[in-house]
Amino acid sequence: MKPAKINVVVEGTTRKASELAEPMRQAVITAIDANRHKPGALLPILHAVQDALGYVPPESLAAIAHELNLTRAEVYGVVTFYHHFRDKPPGRAVVQICRAEACQALGARALEAHAKRTLGIDFHETTADGAITLEPVYCLGNCGCGPSVLVDNDELHARVTPAAFDKLVKAARMAT
Amino acid sequence: MSASSIKIYVPCDATALALGAESTARAIAETARTRGIDIELVRNGSRGMFWLEPLVEAATPGGRVAYGLVKSADVASLFDADFLHGGAHGSRVGAIEEQSWFKHQERLCFARVGVTDPLSVDDFIAHGGYAGLRNALSLSGADIVKAVTDSGLRGRGGAAFPTGIKWNTVLGTSAEQKYVVCNADEGDSGTFSDRMLMEGDPLCLIEGMTIAGVAVGATQGYIYLRSEYPHAHRALNAAIANAYAAGWLGADVCGSGKHFDLEVRRGAGAYICGEETSLLDSLEGKRGQVRFKPPLPAIKGLFGQPTVINNVISFASVPIILDRGAQFYRDYGIGRSRGTLPIQLAGNLKRTGLVEKAFGVTLRELLYDYGGGSFSGRPIRAVQVGGPLGAYLPESQFDTVVDYEAFAANGAMLGHGGIVAFDDTVDMAEQARYAMEFCAVESCGKCTPCRIGSIRGVEVIDRIRAGIEREKNFALLDDLCDTMRNGSLCAMGGLTPDPVLSAIKYFAEDFAVR
Repeated sequence: MKPAKINVVVEGTTRKASELAEPMRQAVITAIDANRHKPGALLPILHAVQDALGYVPPESLAAIAHELNLTRAEVYGVVTFYHHFRDKPPGRAVVQICRAEACQALGARALEAHAKRTLGIDFHETTADGAITLEPVYCLGNCGCGPSVLVDNDELHARVTPAAFDKLVKAARMAT
Repeated sequence: MSASSIKIYVPCDATALALGAESTARAIAETARTRGIDIELVRNGSRGMFWLEPLVEAATPGGRVAYGLVKSADVASLFDADFLHGGAHGSRVGAIEEQSWFKHQERLCFARVGVTDPLSVDDFIAHGGYAGLRNALSLSGADIVKAVTDSGLRGRGGAAFPTGIKWNTVLGTSAEQKYVVCNADEGDSGTFSDRMLMEGDPLCLIEGMTIAGVAVGATQGYIYLRSEYPHAHRALNAAIANAYAAGWLGADVCGSGKHFDLEVRRGAGAYICGEETSLLDSLEGKRGQVRFKPPLPAIKGLFGQPTVINNVISFASVPIILDRGAQFYRDYGIGRSRGTLPIQLAGNLKRTGLVEKAFGVTLRELLYDYGGGSFSGRPIRAVQVGGPLGAYLPESQFDTVVDYEAFAANGAMLGHGGIVAFDDTVDMAEQARYAMEFCAVESCGKCTPCRIGSIRGVEVIDRIRAGIEREKNFALLDDLCDTMRNGSLCAMGGLTPDPVLSAIKYFAEDFAVR
């Protein structure tokens, strides 16, 4: 059920972070410089890149591999293993709906169907206007007050009815 | 703030924020300012009574007085009612410690959560914090480990392995570098005690990990935190910075000459990384795939070095053991389940939240006395305990006692102590299908029974529900579950059959053709 992820583009891929196009160049160099001294630096670097750009650009993997003395295959293997990392820019707001059992017990399945229908997209897709990316998430630790929704990995919502969902999507569209 | 200012507590716990605590806090600060009233706003953890969140408390001269379900629109009327001195108001709850829901709990691990300012080292110490570490610093590593062993503490992450035995193995190794790793990848649905502890009393976790480091001779600790917990991430980083500044972390822990460094690392949305060996691979910057055991992490763990790896609640239970003694902790509980368990009431219940009780309470007491029955008002039909790999239990099993062995005897698992209730609208065939689907999404892919078995499991359940060769397919599902249970490398594939088979066993009527 994992989404199709990165298509590796080999031709034209630079192995040097300094040769990447902006704003990728700055994000990748900053992420590497801030974390390369850490044992097990790859995840912190990938997080820093995604925090800065909203995704981990496929064209940055060769440079990250080169800087960490890893093969491109190793970096590709890691970035595609984790659900958190995206290979393309998300919409202006990322809306994650919890699919897990505690939220199911309070109507998460209906909320999921409502969200897909009203936004006209499936999970891992972005609305045509580029405003909202919809993602599934498996537990947000808000299991006492579901259904739960997390916006932009920061703003948690509890007891989200379909009407409340419409409201928070409207607010997310207005804010961006 | 002047000495005369009154302390007002508004939680910064993620669930409280999701229910509006931020705008409540802002409204209180703003109203106090415009009315010229001197208050000190403290952002505490949650008391764990979610149906009352946002729960505001005023520290009156006569003690703390709570007001429940306080929305920003209610704030002006609270000031009008002089809530700063405990005035009467429709939302007035009174003293939290006097509420029967709270009064009968045994809060050892969660003693400070909701009470103190989570980020204040001074407040932490004023409420008994660091007393355990102070004692530990005067003991030998072996004596610290002995206290943990004698307390009877077992791993609270779910596997319930004796914590002291783990620590003793690491203590007995000789290595240049040992590690202490906290498994804060709390991915089980229905569980949030790790999150609440990390947001509400992060210094307790830091103290527990420091004690572990001192005990086994490890100088570096990591907290592997799931990426879905942004609030806990901020709280931990701030608390770690404050602990360093106050001399409780670093090269000379509290002037003892002992060295302990601590860093938070974020996971990246992989449930399997809650399995300890996957977590270690992930910390090393690799795909989070399960390792073969042996070697045990205690001998060859992070970067191949001896590693203590425990759950948040296991570490957070250690300070009180070192403070009050192994016997004090051991006196709580029943059978081989000693001490207390922070139980999480989740899903379709009226009063959800955190109940810390000594082992021995029944599921029924938790669901009805604490939980108040279902949120929807309909009968509770099924509960799932122990996360997505836990069995579904019907009403006939509700007298099961919270005890690792009692749950195991019923083919269930206490796990991390999360209880998810479902009312009678639940479709158990759908839940069984979801268990397989979840395993397919989250399998690390290393072993075939889990990686392929889960996908086949979804297909077989779909065929049963569609009425295609039902008897054959039930037999096939049984066989498949047997293969997954006995052939998988870790609990992910090994326990996924539990929710599936328990759903069939107890709720067979839901598998009829529709």
